[in-house]
Amino acid sequence: MNRREVRRFKSRVMTAAVMACVVLAVLPLILILGTLIMRGASSLSLAFFTKMPVPAGESGGGVLNAIVGTLLMVGTASLIGVPLGIASGIYAAEYPGSRLTWVVRFVADVLNGTPSIVIGVFAWTWIVATQKHFSGFAGAAALAILMVPMVMRTTEEMIKLVPHSLREAALALGYPRWRTTLQVVLMTGLPGIVTGTLLAVARVAGETAPLLFTALGSQYLVTRLREPMSALPLTVFSYATGPFEEWHRYAWAAALVLILLVFVLNIVARVVTTRASVSHG
Amino acid sequence: MTTISADLRAATTPGADTELGRRSRGDMAFRAVLTLAAASIPVLLGFLIYELWSGSALARARFGSSFVTSSAWDPVAEQFGALPLVFGTIVSSLLALVIAVPLSLGVAIYLTEFAPRVVRQPIATMIGLLAAIPSVVYGLWGIFVLIPFLRSTIFPGLKSALGFLPLFQGPIYGPSMLAASVILAIMVMPYVMSVSREVLEAVPSGQREAALAMGATRWEAVRTAVLPYARSGIFGAIVLGLGRALGETMAVTMLIGNRHEIAASLFAPGYTMAAAIANEFAEASGDLHLSALTYVAFVLFVVTVLVNAGARLLIWRVARGSGAGSRAL
Repeated sequence: MNRREVRRFKSRVMTAAVMACVVLAVLPLILILGTLIMRGASSLSLAFFTKMPVPAGESGGGVLNAIVGTLLMVGTASLIGVPLGIASGIYAAEYPGSRLTWVVRFVADVLNGTPSIVIGVFAWTWIVATQKHFSGFAGAAALAILMVPMVMRTTEEMIKLVPHSLREAALALGYPRWRTTLQVVLMTGLPGIVTGTLLAVARVAGETAPLLFTALGSQYLVTRLREPMSALPLTVFSYATGPFEEWHRYAWAAALVLILLVFVLNIVARVVTTRASVSHG
Repeated sequence: MTTISADLRAATTPGADTELGRRSRGDMAFRAVLTLAAASIPVLLGFLIYELWSGSALARARFGSSFVTSSAWDPVAEQFGALPLVFGTIVSSLLALVIAVPLSLGVAIYLTEFAPRVVRQPIATMIGLLAAIPSVVYGLWGIFVLIPFLRSTIFPGLKSALGFLPLFQGPIYGPSMLAASVILAIMVMPYVMSVSREVLEAVPSGQREAALAMGATRWEAVRTAVLPYARSGIFGAIVLGLGRALGETMAVTMLIGNRHEIAASLFAPGYTMAAAIANEFAEASGDLHLSALTYVAFVLFVVTVLVNAGARLLIWRVARGSGAGSRAL
């Protein structure tokens, strides 16, 4: 081979190598989803969603308590985290020159990079240690702290994308600034903000670490946030690390339910933006 | 836009008893509410730092800086040293990067330089889905699928091929430093990939075109024109992946074996800072134990903040002006 052919050959080899990287990178996704469906789907039944866990050795139980716990805690976290995140996102986008904006952006980035287990320790020292008992509320608070920076940054980015001409038109028509922001700017950016918020909800719905010593987990159907509460990720963790074959089957099924929840939220999030961009032309 | 709102503000001096004046009161209330919300976030972070600092006071007073240099971890004797945790955290994260970085870079290069336009988005979306899978699901899969596979196939192979190195000696356990690193690698890959991809896309196409016009092959264009330009941004993506790996908790807890030991062999169990907190916090045996774990959380927090700040700085340097990289953070 002459020099030119060697160089061409090398280029082809490297192209093949990066394509092999793609195959290797996608493989885990396929393997993980495949095993989840194979091992989890057979244990899914109506009872799995509507019954409580049964003692080890018996069969036919469900994870109703974990599903209820996840919905309650993620719901509460969203009630706290989403308004706070959206409001501070609006602030950062509306007053970009203010010193507080600079600080808030920086702090949101710090919180975004903080490991969720550290947020859990914070929620423990702040809420569990002072109230002297584990509670679903402490878990929800930890999840809310995780949500705020995510929601805030999306809101800010989405509001910045809204054309200035829209805002100017509203102001020129005599709208006060607050109504311009809420009714014109925020509404225009809403699809993007909804998407970001749903992705944040999906992300915290799968979080285990911040719940370990805040919500703690519970075998009972708990609907009061003052008490320790179970959640799907906690159930997956305790069943997966437990000694019984039966528990492992529940762990797979609970993981499948969890991932369906997370993926559905992801898909809905994407559909919201696609449909909005279509309708805007 | 700025002049218009400035004029409006001038025309609406607070307190003026006009229609505009009333509107400006609405604006002031609006701004007050937003400011309150925005200010609560720094207050929250300040509170977090204060809680971790004061919560770890007991352990800091007792052990001081020897906390991170001692290996004793004995809740009964009230001796706490976090060196094995620090060691395990660093080794598992670096090893994860060793596995994940070539893969992520390969994917990013393929997607920006070689892939036909139609497959780019689907592949990126699929790898992005990896980032959406909850950590505990990785742990579950790791325990029941990855570990049996590694123990029966990969580990014996490594041992017979590279057994002369201390890294690959000793008995083969299932849960081990290497198993945790493999799962961590899968988990950080989507982050490194997506940021590298944004950085590569921010490289001006003039760079590539110039190289190709000089007669370079496509790979030579990537190696000589694109990668050097994107170098610091790619380094930033890697450091960002490091930040993710350091704080990752559940999957590591389920796979690393959770033993307070420093072992030379990657087949041996280890422990990380995040895993120790996850395992021991709820059942901590006393105030000093809790305080030691809070101290670990504090150290972990400081380390991840520094690593993330470094990553952002690197990405910002390459993406300055183009805006790429900022969305990923």
